[in-house]
Amino acid sequence: MLTEIVLGDDMKPNQHTGIVGYGVYIPRYRISGCEIARVWGQDAGSVPVQEKSVPGPDEDAITIGIEAAQNALKRAQVPPEKIAAVWAGSESKPYAVKPSSSIIAEAIGATPHVEAADWEFACKAGTEAMQACFALVGSGMGLYALALGIDTAQGRPADPLEYTAAAGGAAFLIGKGEESLAVLEASHSYASDTPDFFRRESNRYPVHGSRFTGEPAYFHHVVQAASELMEDIGRTPEDYQYVVFHQPNTKFPLTAAKILKFPPEKVKPGLIAPYIGNTYSGCSVLGLAATLDIASPGDRILCVSYGSGAGSDAFSFIVTDLIEERRMRAPHVSVYIERRKAVDYAVYLKYTKALVMR
Amino acid sequence: MYGGNCCHNNNSHIGGVNLEISRNWRLRNQRYRLVGTECGCGHRSFPPRRICPTCRENPQNPVQFSGTGTVYSYSTLYEAPEGFEQFIPYTVALIDLDEGPMISAQLTDVDPEDVAIGMRVEMVTRKLKEQGESGLIVYGYKFRPIVGCYP
Amino acid sequence: MREVVIAGVGQIAVREHWETSLRDLAYQSIKKAVSDAGTDSVDALYIGNMLAGELSGQEHLGALISDYCGFDGIEAVRIEAAAASGGAALRQGAMSVACGLNDCVVVTGVEQMTDVLQDKVTAGLSLALDTEYELASGISLAALFAILTRRYVHEGCCSPEDLALFCVNAQKNAVGNDYAMFRREITVDTIMRSPMAADPIHVLECPPVCDGSASVVLLPAEKADLEAPVKITGSAVATGTIGVNNRPDPLVFESVRDSTEKALRMAGKTREDVDFYELHDLFPVVAALSLEASGFAKKGEGALMARNGDIALEGKIPITTMGGCKARGNPVGACGIYQAAEAVLQLRQQAGKNQLPCEVGMIQCMGGTAATTITHILEV
Repeated sequence: MLTEIVLGDDMKPNQHTGIVGYGVYIPRYRISGCEIARVWGQDAGSVPVQEKSVPGPDEDAITIGIEAAQNALKRAQVPPEKIAAVWAGSESKPYAVKPSSSIIAEAIGATPHVEAADWEFACKAGTEAMQACFALVGSGMGLYALALGIDTAQGRPADPLEYTAAAGGAAFLIGKGEESLAVLEASHSYASDTPDFFRRESNRYPVHGSRFTGEPAYFHHVVQAASELMEDIGRTPEDYQYVVFHQPNTKFPLTAAKILKFPPEKVKPGLIAPYIGNTYSGCSVLGLAATLDIASPGDRILCVSYGSGAGSDAFSFIVTDLIEERRMRAPHVSVYIERRKAVDYAVYLKYTKALVMR
Repeated sequence: MYGGNCCHNNNSHIGGVNLEISRNWRLRNQRYRLVGTECGCGHRSFPPRRICPTCRENPQNPVQFSGTGTVYSYSTLYEAPEGFEQFIPYTVALIDLDEGPMISAQLTDVDPEDVAIGMRVEMVTRKLKEQGESGLIVYGYKFRPIVGCYP
Repeated sequence: MREVVIAGVGQIAVREHWETSLRDLAYQSIKKAVSDAGTDSVDALYIGNMLAGELSGQEHLGALISDYCGFDGIEAVRIEAAAASGGAALRQGAMSVACGLNDCVVVTGVEQMTDVLQDKVTAGLSLALDTEYELASGISLAALFAILTRRYVHEGCCSPEDLALFCVNAQKNAVGNDYAMFRREITVDTIMRSPMAADPIHVLECPPVCDGSASVVLLPAEKADLEAPVKITGSAVATGTIGVNNRPDPLVFESVRDSTEKALRMAGKTREDVDFYELHDLFPVVAALSLEASGFAKKGEGALMARNGDIALEGKIPITTMGGCKARGNPVGACGIYQAAEAVLQLRQQAGKNQLPCEVGMIQCMGGTAATTITHILEV
């Protein structure tokens, strides 16, 4: 299977690399779009997702990252001390200054001989870390590198983002191609200064450009990254069994698929935003994990992230025989999706620490 | 929790909160990874011990527990010690670890009415407490009902 | 060793003493005890206290209180063993008299808890636990006893209502004690209808947060000019693991068993000789497990003694004869001294309506989840 990789001009390491293990985590609590709509007197019929995940009172991006990383290691069965880098992508760092990655690395036993750092690029921080992991392993600087996309996203009350800003994450252990359950065929990153969504340092909630977040931002970058990648390596939508897009809502990824001429059924296995909302840095990587949960050896997967500000990372993966055994070793995305307890708006406020306790 | 408004000789203070930075840092192996001790005689302890309670031997070797176990008994708290108010109501338990020792810990991701003696649980790493808005976030073990691998 | 007697006792009513300072609480009970003993020269002052540092921001109680009482220049120290602090101070005082280093020793227990809010008290009391492995997880002292309560009931030892009978008995006895905080009878039904504090322990099964002080004056028997002096004939401390989780059976209070046996052996007494047992009834399950560990009940049958009336004033082994922690109140570090003062009143036949026919009493206080237990045998 590795021999199928076509070396071209695009972003790919000169050694075969791939995903050795992956793991996810989604908090147990959910709030429905209808419940949020009820509080603000909005039309419950037009909510962007059915439900979104809500972090419990003892959860944050770091605890999400620890469990996702532990699940990735269960699948990979790689000793943690062999991990050369733990790179955590998030826009909801519990500490403004103090890395989340060092806490995660300590918790999984990867310290002390490890490169630990936090990455930030709005919702694509996770795939940004993944790109760097492929580069690190591909260059031979490390045997394994762990990339995380983890977030407990905040939406301003009554803002449209409040319906979707959710919590969850995924971790991908990157290693050599021959050890991988999915090998990297090639990738393509695309970025520009497009301020569709941002948060200044001292603010709790981000600001977004409303409809500006669509056409010039999300769709332009996603479509460009995906089509450039396919063009560079001579692929067409027909070559892919699955495609995963960043999912700020249910509609955007389906529209992106339509533009790129992917049928909806290739999107749906990785389309989890309707059930858990937009987990920001965790979003496209959770979609990729959900797709790996059901993919077959030989399947080709296109994964395209999107981060506001703005940019997209597109990856082309080929699933290997190792998927069958490894995916059984840790909880599937669907397990976490089905492990749910609905909360009302009051409990949601309590859990997200919106109540003044002192 | 440990300190309060009054003065203790510890690292530093922010807004009356006693940070205890070094004390929490020292405990990271126990808190994050359930590192206890194992004696040559086979007795395992958590928290770690210098002297084996069974054979009185020393030294003890570090051992990381897998974190699965069974609820021995539990209680749901409606009045919390200072610093845990935001978690009320929460459930605490004594848990028989599969590898030997019994541990006292908080349960998470479970409703009080669903907890039972004999329930199977697994360790997760969560926020134990936050030292106010400005202080340390203390992470450590809690236990929750076991999550399976497939639907 | 010299024989030690309790020559004087003094208590102040256990209350919310809003108008009285820590040092004044201690002064009032010391004054009464010294007056009761009829002595005027004090060699040493031992103070049992757990929480002054944490709740009042005041350490160094030895100098503070001896200064305030006008005991210029004497030996004065605070002794701490969590809720067993009072018993620990009593033992230190008795040892110093017994060995001849001091002749007249005042032992006082004092605690002021009502100056701070409930969450601070809960955290303070929980400092008796392993703070790094119990309190750090949000586990309070009450939570651990609630866990033991649930397990005790789960193992079929009794019903929750049986446990509530310990509180019914305590409050009934407190009616006859002028110094008690809850001087009214209560029913099982009222207890079971009260809210949960730490499930399955109800609010009305918890001792009150309160202030109090009690003192005793110790003398060598040879220098005590008393007709029927109350002697301290047994004194023993035993410790167990700090964490209740590290015991082979968390429902066996080994330190209660060990200190009871040591104290009885020292006094040359058996359980049959003991006429009443002032145990540390912090919660009903503690009373039940103490009765079992001390050998007055078989394992798993401690609560049956409440159901059968064995613990009542007219029962086989009366406990908490003046109300105990539950109804007299639980000024933590002072508890052991309140127990001593109450036992002295019983043995002197000065216990009023609650008077028992008695010659030997056993008093016992406990720190944490029975990590420390201190037992004394008093007799006339």
